[in-house]
Amino acid sequence: MNNADDAMDAISSPVPARLQRLRRNIRRRRRAERRFRIYGVVAVTIGLVFVLFLFANIVAKGWSAFLLTHVQLDVHFDSATVDPEGDRSPQSLARGDYAKLVKTALRERFPQVRKRRDKRALYKLVSSAAPYVLRDRLLEHPEWIGRTLPVWVPASDDVDLWMKGQVASADVRLDEKQRAWLSALIEQGRVEKRWNPFFFSRGDSRQPEVAGIGAAVAGSFFTLLVTLLLSFPIGVAAAVYLEEFAPKNRLTDLIEVNINNLAAVPSIVFGLLGLAAFIQFFGVPRSTPLVGGLVLALMTLPTIIVAGRAALQAVPPSIRDAALALGASRMQAVTHHVLPLSLSGILTGTIIGMARALGETAPLLMIGMVAFIVDIPRGPLDPATVLPVQIYLWADAAERAYVEKSSAAIMVLLAFLLLMNLAAILLRRRFEQRWQ
Amino acid sequence: MNRSYRALAAGAALTLAASTHTVWAARDYISIAGSSTVYPFTTLVAEEFGQRTHYPTPKVESTGTGGGFKIFCSGVGTAYTDINDASRAIKPSEMAKCAANGVKEIVEIKIGYDGIVFAQSREAPAAKFTLRQLWLALAKTVPDPKGGQKLVPNPYHRWKDIDPSLPATDIEVYGPPPTSGTRDAFAELAMEGGCKTFDWIKALKKADKSRYKQICHGIREDGAYIEAGENDNLIVQKLEANPRAFGIFGYSFLEENADRVRGARIEGVEPEFESIAAGRYPLSRPLFIYVKKAHAGKIPGIPEFLDEYTSERAWGEEGYLADHGLIPLPDAERARYREVAVKLIPMKTP
Repeated sequence: MNNADDAMDAISSPVPARLQRLRRNIRRRRRAERRFRIYGVVAVTIGLVFVLFLFANIVAKGWSAFLLTHVQLDVHFDSATVDPEGDRSPQSLARGDYAKLVKTALRERFPQVRKRRDKRALYKLVSSAAPYVLRDRLLEHPEWIGRTLPVWVPASDDVDLWMKGQVASADVRLDEKQRAWLSALIEQGRVEKRWNPFFFSRGDSRQPEVAGIGAAVAGSFFTLLVTLLLSFPIGVAAAVYLEEFAPKNRLTDLIEVNINNLAAVPSIVFGLLGLAAFIQFFGVPRSTPLVGGLVLALMTLPTIIVAGRAALQAVPPSIRDAALALGASRMQAVTHHVLPLSLSGILTGTIIGMARALGETAPLLMIGMVAFIVDIPRGPLDPATVLPVQIYLWADAAERAYVEKSSAAIMVLLAFLLLMNLAAILLRRRFEQRWQ
Repeated sequence: MNRSYRALAAGAALTLAASTHTVWAARDYISIAGSSTVYPFTTLVAEEFGQRTHYPTPKVESTGTGGGFKIFCSGVGTAYTDINDASRAIKPSEMAKCAANGVKEIVEIKIGYDGIVFAQSREAPAAKFTLRQLWLALAKTVPDPKGGQKLVPNPYHRWKDIDPSLPATDIEVYGPPPTSGTRDAFAELAMEGGCKTFDWIKALKKADKSRYKQICHGIREDGAYIEAGENDNLIVQKLEANPRAFGIFGYSFLEENADRVRGARIEGVEPEFESIAAGRYPLSRPLFIYVKKAHAGKIPGIPEFLDEYTSERAWGEEGYLADHGLIPLPDAERARYREVAVKLIPMKTP
């Protein structure tokens, strides 16, 4: 009643000083809140703009790497040239002089080119990897021997850059004659941008037009496999023991502090540790996914243990008590009830740890995985590199054609990271338990 | 659940055991590490070698010359590299370390030359410098401009302050950090070359070598020299964006980006293929590879790899290495080092 009277008073009579102060106060607080909201919106917008800018920049630079300029040549697969032994065996075909085929085909297309210097310029229109492309095609189709067939071979990186318009026309490293020949080829419909088959299937190359991420993706796969096989079981076992079985005393406190600290150690330190322990002491071979996986497992373990313990803590004690009351042993209570219920949290932590390991380069520097790898690794003991290292190596290369390659490799890496994070979110949604 | 956990744990234990107790089977690929300047050339040869022969493609790491020697000189055996790329000759201390670890016979092969360029955007007018001007522009301390043998902190902020014939722009130079071999070579060739032109500093070399080195190699830290990291592409981008700035990098980058940047003339010599090959351009250095002779019989393909590296189609005047910016050796030197490579003639040990 009293309050209502006061309110009536406030409306009818001149506003008392105290109430005025109160209203000012309210207005000020509302303004503060509005300002705070605006700050928030501005911060989020700035963040989004940067992310969008980054993505747009990478995609704009990188999408063209999925296409590659090809030139169509009428190649005569002369049997004496491609099959020196004359028995059509793969060994004999592998020793053929395919560079000669390419050169002959180009000369026949432009018979007016005579001078040695001009011929060299002409040969530079196609990739120096073209002979190997022909060889691989012929090994697939030995019946082509002796026939003349139109074959698409990759163009050189300078031609590719020019066709894609990535260099201003005044800056192209092609001279007048080369451009004239190229225009003639274009008019005949013999130059085309086609799907780049090398980008996903081949390893690194010093010919940017045929360089690919195949070896790096395989290396990342084997490295992460070793990491997962080591860090997941050890991490989960450690989390379960520390959370469910270990006595609470000074020692376990110390271990807990250490694990939390390890999770924050800069990754290069793990590389140094890996070099000293695995390579120099145990003699694990350098540059292999095995040693890379071991190092990354050390780095991922603390993340998994911390996430695992948090997930185990989130299971209410009533579950354990109920299991124990029904006569389960502590081991059974954990493996039958607590662990399955906390698995979604543990898996989320593991996937996030693995996603971090996928993007790491610094610890791999010390153990020799920053390397030029052409052959695709077939197991964890073959020399390998990983995707982020491949990006780093290409970003550092002198040839301009690597710019689009590194951007495209970044796109692939981002796609993998997005997939992994999506999997983590889905798992959490799928298995998340809500305790009432 | 129970059983699968046991299986997982057993798997982990097996992997650990395998990684610690197996004696490693012989490595069947060549392992190479070393200088990031030589890396582009060695990788070209490695890829070509992998394509042309039935051997696996060699593995090439880019660790820097010194980092590479550290691994190379750690011992004989499959765990250590077979070949080291170097943008300078091996040091006596590295030889000693090698010898102490049983690496006794090392084959030294000079593969060619690399020029260091002092470059600027194509938009700027062509520049030329003497080594003395370069040193005065970049040294930490310089002789007092008023005369005498006193050193003062570098007072020059515009090129014009050094010599009235130079442009009236601020001194702004992007260059590699101290870990880089290019920086070492620049300090030795350009900085020391310029600082030697002062007679009294040159005289110091005999009297007080460490002070001489400190004066000649010290690069200013007041912001005029900007460390741009090991990424030379970044320097080229900065030069494009800022036509007043200069950058320091290897000749191969100039060749690949000749449409965007231009090298300044040093002591009146343009940084060109011919002038570097002839030894007229003052900022050029030899590049090497070092081979562990003890590995030649153990790791398959080493003689064939060296044969490819020292073939005319690779390192010759029109070879594919020259296409990518390596400056070939003169004919006589090529013939001599080819013999060293083919016969695996080790260096003389001191």
